Amino acid sequence: MTAALEMTGVCADLGGRPVLRDVDLRLETGFTALLGPNGAGKTTLMRAALGLVPLRSGTVTSGTTGYVPQRHEFTWDFPASVEDAVLSGLVRRIGLFRRPTVAHWRAAWAALDQVRLGDLRKRPVGELSGGQRQRVLVARALVLEPAVLLLDEPFTGLDMPAQETLTELFTEIARDRSVLMATHDLVAAAYGCDRLILLNRTVIACGPPASLKDPGIWMRTFDVGPASHLLKALDLVEA
Amino acid sequence: MSPWQFLADLANPDLAFLPKALTIAVLAAVMCGVVGCYVVLRGMAFIGDAVAHAVFPGLAIAFLFSGSLVLGGTLAGVVTALLVTVFAQNRRLKEDSVIGIFFVAAFALGIVVISRAPGYAGSLQQFLFGSITGIPDRDLYIVGGTTVGVLLTVFLLHKEFVAVTLDREMARALGLRVFWLDLLLYVLVTLAVVMAVQTIGNILVLALLVTPAATARLLTDRLPVMMAVAPAIGAGCALIGLYLSWSWDLPVGGTIVLTLTGAFLLAHLFAPRHGVLMRLRPS
Repeated sequence: MTAALEMTGVCADLGGRPVLRDVDLRLETGFTALLGPNGAGKTTLMRAALGLVPLRSGTVTSGTTGYVPQRHEFTWDFPASVEDAVLSGLVRRIGLFRRPTVAHWRAAWAALDQVRLGDLRKRPVGELSGGQRQRVLVARALVLEPAVLLLDEPFTGLDMPAQETLTELFTEIARDRSVLMATHDLVAAAYGCDRLILLNRTVIACGPPASLKDPGIWMRTFDVGPASHLLKALDLVEA
Repeated sequence: MSPWQFLADLANPDLAFLPKALTIAVLAAVMCGVVGCYVVLRGMAFIGDAVAHAVFPGLAIAFLFSGSLVLGGTLAGVVTALLVTVFAQNRRLKEDSVIGIFFVAAFALGIVVISRAPGYAGSLQQFLFGSITGIPDRDLYIVGGTTVGVLLTVFLLHKEFVAVTLDREMARALGLRVFWLDLLLYVLVTLAVVMAVQTIGNILVLALLVTPAATARLLTDRLPVMMAVAPAIGAGCALIGLYLSWSWDLPVGGTIVLTLTGAFLLAHLFAPRHGVLMRLRPS
């Protein structure tokens, strides 16, 4: 099976400072969480996968990538409807100087149906709730039919029911494509994802949650001591 | 003066400068209205102001050497836009500081240059506050051609400009040339501003760029509507402003800008969904 995303020996710098070193990873169909503290290089890894960060060395191969940047990158007070926002994901595919055709609109509506926003497609984006906004961004990425969907901190600033609805949605999407989600919500990741990648500048460990029971790899990833609440919350040590 | 008399004056061959000034004011208002939508939505009013001031040395040099004001202004504006775009890539300086350095420098250069011209005070006042006389016929064609060019560019690259404005990070990820689209947008702003400078004046031209678009934003939540309403408001206020200025012998730039401000305040109060009165109304 060809990988949806494969990185081999990836090193990348940010502002002259090394951020990623020797990152190897291979994603196939399924829901993978990318875990690590701030500054571990989660966003840089995603941007490297998209070709937005120059690589110092290493290679990235992938099928079509769909990107869901952090929610604050989007201009929510822009006078656009939900369907306009989703259609903007197709801007390159429509082509320079061309207008969207019926097929492009259908693709946008199908993506909206998939994230269950079909009823709100005429709604101005500024009037949506946080969870709905996140789903618009997911639809905008899905409209390209990506082999791998990259989610950067999709839960930031969302309340509990919204987080759970999104997790269900991501699980559903991950049935026939690869989903990689950077998150700080370790508990949700440990219970909801098929695989976890522990990242701190490099991949420290990787595998299904059940295989990552060694507290040492978590301590190294998050730079915490053996008494940390983090280990208790993840059931790795006796509470 | 009644509107009929204004129409008669417009048709009077002895007052040929009047319809010329009106044509240029209206075309410039249309261009500024459309381009201004992006200025308002991207929060680049400061850049608009910078470009407006940056065209000044070009105008001054063209004036000194009796060249085309439009051409001189455009060149100076584009050079400044280029400098700002390039210097703003340096992450250590915020974009607004870079803009602050270059546009004041450009304006200062313009003042130094124009002080060498004979009749310094009069020409300076004309540039800063606008005038409806002394527009050569050639400028009419230049402004007409530029209007077509600017509107066509905005129309053809509409979805690219929307994508970059909505989400730069995503636009980059999709492979759009964000740097070139930014630069092109600055050039479009420059062109719209230069065309408006002669009638409105350098200091007040920002109003033509920002006020109609901001007014239109209060009236609609749809970009295509906004991009149609903003130039209509701009053109309408240019017409009314010129009429009022002609009737009461008021400075034309100031009158047009105050008319625009009036339209904005009306929209702020009475806009159907976002107006103050609608929000006060018990629901």
